[in-house]
Amino acid sequence: MEYFLQQTINGVTLGSIYGLIAIGYTMVYGIIGMINFAHGDIFMVGAFIALISFIIFGLTGIALPIVLLLVLLISMLFTACYGWSVEKLAYKPLRGSFRLAPLISALGMSIVLQNFVQVAQGARTKAIHPLFSGKLEFFKDSDFVVILSYLQIFMVFLTVGLMILFTYLITKTDLGRAQRACEQDKTMASLLGINVDRTISVTFILGSALASVAGMMFVLYYGVIDFRIGFLAGLKAFTAAVLGGIGSLPGAMLGGLIIGLIETMWSGYVSVEYKDVAAFSILVIVLIFFPTGFLGKPDIEKV
Amino acid sequence: MNSEDLKKNIKDSLFTGLISLALFVPIVGLRTEIQKEGLYIDPQWGSTFILVAICVIGRFLINLNSQRSEKIDVLGKFSSGVSNFFSGKGKQFAITGILFAIVFPFLPFTDRYILDVGIMVLTYIMLGWGLNIVVGLAGLLDLGYVAFYAVGAYSFALISTTFGWSFWVCLPLAGIFAAFFGILLGFPVLRLRGDYLAIVTLGFGEIIRIVLINWYDFTNGPDGIGGIPRPSFFGLEFTNNPKEGVETFHSFFNLEFSNVHKMIFLYYVILILALITNYFTLRIRRLPVGRAWEALREDEIACKSLGVNPTNTKLTAFAIGAMFGGFAGSFFATKQGFISPESFTFIESAIIVAIVVLGGMGSQTGVVLAAIFLIGFTEIFRELEQFRMIAFGLAMVLIMLFKPKGILEHREPTITLHGEKK
Repeated sequence: MEYFLQQTINGVTLGSIYGLIAIGYTMVYGIIGMINFAHGDIFMVGAFIALISFIIFGLTGIALPIVLLLVLLISMLFTACYGWSVEKLAYKPLRGSFRLAPLISALGMSIVLQNFVQVAQGARTKAIHPLFSGKLEFFKDSDFVVILSYLQIFMVFLTVGLMILFTYLITKTDLGRAQRACEQDKTMASLLGINVDRTISVTFILGSALASVAGMMFVLYYGVIDFRIGFLAGLKAFTAAVLGGIGSLPGAMLGGLIIGLIETMWSGYVSVEYKDVAAFSILVIVLIFFPTGFLGKPDIEKV
Repeated sequence: MNSEDLKKNIKDSLFTGLISLALFVPIVGLRTEIQKEGLYIDPQWGSTFILVAICVIGRFLINLNSQRSEKIDVLGKFSSGVSNFFSGKGKQFAITGILFAIVFPFLPFTDRYILDVGIMVLTYIMLGWGLNIVVGLAGLLDLGYVAFYAVGAYSFALISTTFGWSFWVCLPLAGIFAAFFGILLGFPVLRLRGDYLAIVTLGFGEIIRIVLINWYDFTNGPDGIGGIPRPSFFGLEFTNNPKEGVETFHSFFNLEFSNVHKMIFLYYVILILALITNYFTLRIRRLPVGRAWEALREDEIACKSLGVNPTNTKLTAFAIGAMFGGFAGSFFATKQGFISPESFTFIESAIIVAIVVLGGMGSQTGVVLAAIFLIGFTEIFRELEQFRMIAFGLAMVLIMLFKPKGILEHREPTITLHGEKK
């Protein structure tokens, strides 16, 4: 029981990372109907920017909460630039091209980003000292002590806070309304005075910013990153987005949590080696039996 | 050009500079280095400045070009030149190409290294032709093609090392195994839409690799399988010190022993395998199933309403593509003599997809050109190992931007009405 509780705590923490990345996939899919293959690598870039800012601010000796806030803002800002540029360079000129064109272009962009970071930052794994140290302990008198670290609390609270902010942004502001309008019908939206191109750009910026938060949490949680982390994390986050129903924001978060839980449970009770196989198998099973996911709308194919 | 345009151009270029500063300052400018006490920052302002300058000047020149009344379109001219050169000359090109490929090992400049590159290029051409059935003809984006390559290589290695059967017996078996895996994967996933299929096949490729790494008893895990038997020339082995009673190639033909003989033989094996793949594809395109593939690629709904079963039709394409992947895999295993999961990563799939896409999906000649271009050139710039993958990814993006149909976008119609030409 204690072990199960521990795995649940770890799963929820991992799930918030996947969920934040999944939102980027789901928003882009909702608005332009393409899988942004490079999104996992945007997350990786975000993690690197967070790592670099942690090193820089670590030297100045500012208090930890301020450092966290600064790193958060900086990595969101710079990663958003990456997301924006990728969209401008590789996807925007391809609107209206044949269906697989943006996907192949995204694949190319993903290879570029990975190798660019490898060349610029070196191929070796980078590790930093843990910044958070405190933890809460439960069931101290039993054989298995359940640990809930402050970092995990921070990560879950940050995710929940961002989700509230984000839901407000999408449901209540003009920007969110424009975004939802473009999702439904781009031609009609542009006739009603919405700048569709700008709305799509904003979607990419928001998605990348959230991915960079996930990147920062990854750096804090694992303490080690390299240029390859984007591939697997991206694939799992995509699975999360599909699981929750692609195009649905709460679905992405829910899917992220489920994937995180499945992964930790699988590593805890079945086998650590095959945890990635579990995630991919779920992707296949979900796509075959519930192609619309848990919270997605059915997709009708028309001539 | 007036000053208004120039002003706009300068403003735009400066904006590009600002964005590229944001892109390059953290990632390029602040390089993290590992030290004993932890990480420290090693600033690289020089290369950051150069990259930003390239972006600003490049943007300025592009704007300048687009504001001129006559645009300079080097890329467009070049690519249309290439496709004009090859269009309608498919047959001549094919014959010259095959003749060149046949005499290639005996040309004066061909040494061991160049022969090795030739074998590699031919392996990728074969893989490209195999994947072309799936991507080019049937229009299914398969990002996990390397899985079938791996299945072929591993089944070849396991069968030949366990039972000691010869190359020519194991080769078809490996192909059949790969095709079987193709059906196994294809059956559930082929009803998915294009981009979902791409992700699922990618996931499948990773699953195969993870299984190969972790199933230690069966695949020997990350250590790989060694001692895979080499092919023999009608029972004549390529070795200097043969076992008792085994005739060798050089003693049978009264030649001095040389390793190059084996290389030349391997070269011809892969050449024949590749040509078989090509011939098979060209022929099957004229059969009903081949036509159904192409029809399915163009319009799935129309196909369904005309009574073509999309799942079964796709499944045949998938299985046949997988089979050729398996053949190529067994050739790879016998050529290397050693295989490990390292050789079957996602990047291999991406390279094969890139060859098919750059060549122009569905164009057999295009695959050859793209494979020579991508593999040959990257082999020449071997020292720039790290940069070549960046260039490779950029080439994929640029081709999609400027020539989304590939270098050879013209496709010969497989079938014409009353023999009329297009």
